[in-house]
Amino acid sequence: MAEREVPTSEPPAPRSRSPKGKGNSHNLSGWLFTTPMILGLGLFLFIPILMAIWVSVSDWTGRGSPFSSDVGFVGAENYAALLTEEGLSRQDFMISLRNTFYYVLGVVPVQTMLALFLAVVVNQKFLKGRTFFRTAFYFPSVVSSVAISLVFLYLFTGTGAINRVLASVGIVGPNWLQDPRGVIHIIGDAVGIWSIDSPPAALVETSVMSLSIWEWFRGPSIALSAIMIQVIWTTAGTFMLLFLAALQDLPSEVEEAAMVDGANRWQRFRNVTVPHLRPTILLVITLGIIGTWQVFDQMYVMTQGGPAKTTLTPAYLSYVAAFRQQQWGQGAAMAFILFALIFVLTSLQRWVLRDKDEAARKKGIRAQRRAARKAQRAEASS
Amino acid sequence: MPQKSRRTRLGLVLAGSLVLAACGGGGFEEDTGDGSTAPASAEGPVELQMLIASSGDAETAAVQEAVDAWSEETGNSVTVTVASDMNQQLAQGFASGNPADVFYMDAGRFADYAQNGSLYAYADQLEDNDDFYESLRQAFTYDGTQYCAPKDFSSLALVINTASWEAAGLTEADVPTTWDELTEVAQTLTTDDQAGLGIGIGIDRLGAFVVQNGGWWLNEEATEPTAAIPEVEEALGYVQEQVQAGSFQMSNQLDAGWGGEAFGTERAAMTIEGNWIKGAMSNDYPNVEYIVAELPEGPAGKGTLTFTQCWGIAADSDAQAQAVELVRALTTVDQQMAFAEAFGVMPSRTSAADPYREQFPEDAAFIAGGEYGHGPINAPGMEQVVADLNSKLENFEQANLPTVLSEFDTNAAAALGQ
Repeated sequence: MAEREVPTSEPPAPRSRSPKGKGNSHNLSGWLFTTPMILGLGLFLFIPILMAIWVSVSDWTGRGSPFSSDVGFVGAENYAALLTEEGLSRQDFMISLRNTFYYVLGVVPVQTMLALFLAVVVNQKFLKGRTFFRTAFYFPSVVSSVAISLVFLYLFTGTGAINRVLASVGIVGPNWLQDPRGVIHIIGDAVGIWSIDSPPAALVETSVMSLSIWEWFRGPSIALSAIMIQVIWTTAGTFMLLFLAALQDLPSEVEEAAMVDGANRWQRFRNVTVPHLRPTILLVITLGIIGTWQVFDQMYVMTQGGPAKTTLTPAYLSYVAAFRQQQWGQGAAMAFILFALIFVLTSLQRWVLRDKDEAARKKGIRAQRRAARKAQRAEASS
Repeated sequence: MPQKSRRTRLGLVLAGSLVLAACGGGGFEEDTGDGSTAPASAEGPVELQMLIASSGDAETAAVQEAVDAWSEETGNSVTVTVASDMNQQLAQGFASGNPADVFYMDAGRFADYAQNGSLYAYADQLEDNDDFYESLRQAFTYDGTQYCAPKDFSSLALVINTASWEAAGLTEADVPTTWDELTEVAQTLTTDDQAGLGIGIGIDRLGAFVVQNGGWWLNEEATEPTAAIPEVEEALGYVQEQVQAGSFQMSNQLDAGWGGEAFGTERAAMTIEGNWIKGAMSNDYPNVEYIVAELPEGPAGKGTLTFTQCWGIAADSDAQAQAVELVRALTTVDQQMAFAEAFGVMPSRTSAADPYREQFPEDAAFIAGGEYGHGPINAPGMEQVVADLNSKLENFEQANLPTVLSEFDTNAAAALGQ
């Protein structure tokens, strides 16, 4: 956002030739226009982030200003408690990372595919009641996540609507939000690899980063799965809208050309639609990863991290550490570790999903330029 | 955008933010005395801010009324704010250096705030401080100093479904007074679709058994963990045995969020809950008839848990003298009785026990708990440790008690050593 350009601030001609006075007045008006934004961002984003960085390396207890003289600098102590020191703080933080990892792994692919599917469906020109479906699918995104969480809280109780529906087809549903059993544990138990009640000792006794291997491979708990279902349902509509916009951008001639070439429906989807949607898919996955790693509302409203800490997430844990336990330094440190993690993961994902042809082309151009410069230099020096 | 102008812009933002940060940093630095100093007293009539976590309109109205009466009498003014998220709003206040002057302070969270110096210790200024129940005063004592005046309290008692009781052929004489009797009636009451005793999960209910067995999670000074002593394990072991036998069930086994829900939906014939269950029963389950009895004695005698809040006064308040005056007015016997009538809390003064018993004879079992109840764990830094213990006791039937308790001791020792 800080990059926001003011078109008039740039004279169309190359800078060196522009009359100085005119450029300055343009610059001035540009600055005038951007000042409110810069002040707003600085005041509400930049300064708080700097303050939080300080809190994360201080021993501030939550009383008075964190910049007062009796708040000490403790270096990386808060980070160490979360990452390198054996203890409850690290254990809880690792649990939260584990939970969110499974959560992201479940939610992002499903919500992206569901959103794409819904977008393709409501983009059909001959679908009756198109507007109705579009509105209906988008509706959950407009409703506050707290309100939705409250509704799902009732749907997912042991005797709630979901279990009644399951019961009518003969399935005994779990007590969703109270059930801490991990999905991988359950599957392993059902297949016969292990028994949940007496897990293999080798897995239980070896612990990595304060959590036993058995705990790491728990998978999302039933409670977390319930929240995942809810979140997928809520956000698929939002991303459907993005896909829909991109789909309507797809020139019908291209599709017609593919039809003429004899491509069937699936081939058209696979080879025409999806490549066209690549930037949007990239965007949706990026937004999905960022949003899911930061999940907070559902935990705050529905489970408070329970049952058995299986819905603890870094964002919620950070809130609890700061506001409940008065461990402000640790709370802030968690936020920055989470930031670093999201940053690394989204960069990684962008790199994996980059347009390989495009990247190769750019690389070629860069190499050419380098060669040209080299030649120029060689010429100049000779 | 040319490189240079972008750099200037960034520079400006940086410089601006530094200036702002510097202003922010300087403003709040002030030296506030800790605890036992003389109260800060503003001149003339003051404006006090009060932050409460209200249970509903009845409580808000009652507090407002009491505060208005005091304001009129003394010429001060008080603004009552109902917190939507008490922890967060309190924390924000303390961090800003301008907290509410008077607020509700929960016993379970009190020690953290006492430790970081947010609270003003004024209990020694109250002439009749000894009139408050000993266990409640203890709950608000940190490092040998009692900080604040208990507002009211609740305690756990045994709640019995009369219909199930009679259906099982039990009479008034069968109300259990020992663990053995409890075991027996629970077995008698257990049917295919009803457990004898439903217990809410976590140590806020299970702890009552620990107290009855003469144990506690921490030593008396709250400096060292003691969960690994046999008294604690035996008490939990007793409950676990009954749960495994099926006559006791934890609320999560009965698809209930708490004991009251298990009891109200008649999945449990008895439960262990506090006086707040009265409101839930009359609102949500008006057709379930019940009586309340004191919890049965354990091997070490009577025991229950008390839950309480105090009237906290901020160390950063500049009208502490007036705030203490207000608390005096809010904790008189008459005022506590008025609160009891309005929203069902029990007075924290021993001298109010008799009038209370007279007016609410059905609460005799609850108010009796004030004499022998044990307050919550109140040592700083323990919240995370307690949360961890509770999460490990969620699946109580299969919990490995010796391991869980020794892990608690390790974690608590680390937290208390900080």
